[in-house]
Amino acid sequence: MIVGKQKPLEEIWDLVKGYGKILVFGCNTCVAVCHEGGNKEAEILGSLLRMKAKHKEVNIDIKDGGIERQCEHEYFEKAAGDIEGADAVLSIACGAGVQFLGEKFPHKPVLPGLNTTFIGVVDAPGEFSERCAMCGDCILHLTGGICPITRCSKSIMNGPCGGCNQGSCEISSDVPCGWYLIYERLKGQGRLELIHAYIPAKNWVTSRDGGPRKQVREDMKQEKQTAEG
Amino acid sequence: MSELKSGSNLEKVLKAGHFALTGECGPPKGANVEHLREKAAHLVGVVDCVNVTDNQTAVVRMSSWAASLILLQMGIEPNFQMVCRDRNRLAMMADILGVSAHGIRNMLCLSGDHQKFGNHPDSKNVHDLDSMQLIHLVRTMRDDGKFPNGEEIDEKPKLFIGAAENPFAEPYEWRVHRLAKKIAAGAEFIQTQCIYNMDRFREFMKRAVDMGLHEKCYILAGVTPMKTLGMARYMAKSVPGMDVPASLIKRLEGAGKGKVAEEGIQFALEQIEEFKAMEGIAGIHLMAIEWEHKVPEIAERADLLPRPKV
Repeated sequence: MIVGKQKPLEEIWDLVKGYGKILVFGCNTCVAVCHEGGNKEAEILGSLLRMKAKHKEVNIDIKDGGIERQCEHEYFEKAAGDIEGADAVLSIACGAGVQFLGEKFPHKPVLPGLNTTFIGVVDAPGEFSERCAMCGDCILHLTGGICPITRCSKSIMNGPCGGCNQGSCEISSDVPCGWYLIYERLKGQGRLELIHAYIPAKNWVTSRDGGPRKQVREDMKQEKQTAEG
Repeated sequence: MSELKSGSNLEKVLKAGHFALTGECGPPKGANVEHLREKAAHLVGVVDCVNVTDNQTAVVRMSSWAASLILLQMGIEPNFQMVCRDRNRLAMMADILGVSAHGIRNMLCLSGDHQKFGNHPDSKNVHDLDSMQLIHLVRTMRDDGKFPNGEEIDEKPKLFIGAAENPFAEPYEWRVHRLAKKIAAGAEFIQTQCIYNMDRFREFMKRAVDMGLHEKCYILAGVTPMKTLGMARYMAKSVPGMDVPASLIKRLEGAGKGKVAEEGIQFALEQIEEFKAMEGIAGIHLMAIEWEHKVPEIAERADLLPRPKV
């Protein structure tokens, strides 16, 4: 899932303080799981900002709300009135949600209240860590199900480098060396031959380096046309 | 391993069967050419080639190719280092062609320390290719005369291809296999990480020899004499991939005030004596960090002078 982290309150305050009417707007899917950007968090953030406004003696009308997903058309309908009624919307969705809201209401200033951090997993309650860098060309079958692009600080394809230190990455003893994990996993599975082979240079076209990415399901597109037709 | 690929002095020395000695010189943190010339001057005629580091420990310095060129003008053969951290494959290929055009004939392909260690930790790292793929790139350009996209290169670069290996990083048992991968990718000489843990290094070399790797590439043992106790402790604690045994620190502590540097050199000389006799070792890579003026003395005392003329 997409993991995010709310910006510090002071930074958010600087974003909103110049507006008369603000809508704090949550997204109740991915970023709700990490308790940072859901509708409940929008409610809490709204209260904090109201207290801040009172304390600073600034007159801002702060409402809160949210929808199931800010990255799909269908959920916006019921919130359109609240959005139109605000001078600006502080969205605590991921970066995709913030932008999609902005596209749907192009005359409305949209402010990001959350930093999108990574695609990751829930290690334990309240603990999240990165797993996928969305390179667009998965090689997990070659690396024991552990991603070297994400888990290696240098994204190297033929590791581990000389900086592996007692199983940790050279950048910190708190960061496991991704390639050490790959080695141990494959060794345990008796499949080290997979990394004896040279892994050639990666084609980064499928990653961000190929420009903004888009994908189309032709079958679904046709179904839609048929339904409309 | 006999046909000359680059015509570099280092390649000739090694292929003639001599025990090689390479040095190292870090470019200045500025455009101070005189300082670089002064440091490098100590190495003239004392080593077979001099490694010119590429933003080592991710600290910005004069570029490796530019400093290599200055050395070349001084009559010193450079070993141009390139890390994968700071360049994408386009810049890599451009610099490979550029250094070859200027007569640089050795190149060492490295991953590069993470930028976190350097003076611009907020920078973006590249790692378009890794060090293995960089080795493969240089070999493809030199031997096949082609860019990776298959286009012909009008005049191929002439470079003796080097790589590093660190026998002291986990998983230990994998290191010799990674060395084998580098050789298969195109590495013709290897300069190891600074060696202090001799037991571990003996074990590494035994495995390398058992696999016949020393017959497929020249392995140069990395030696860095300890200047001070502070340096030894810093290397033990803070330098990635370094294995400094407590016994060595104890030995340096026991040397007494004002005698640590000599003890450090003594340890290095003992190492060199052992490496000369060690199966599979083709030479020494002497990295006297900011201690270039000591290299002639160390080389003399290690009985590595005069250097062969080939």
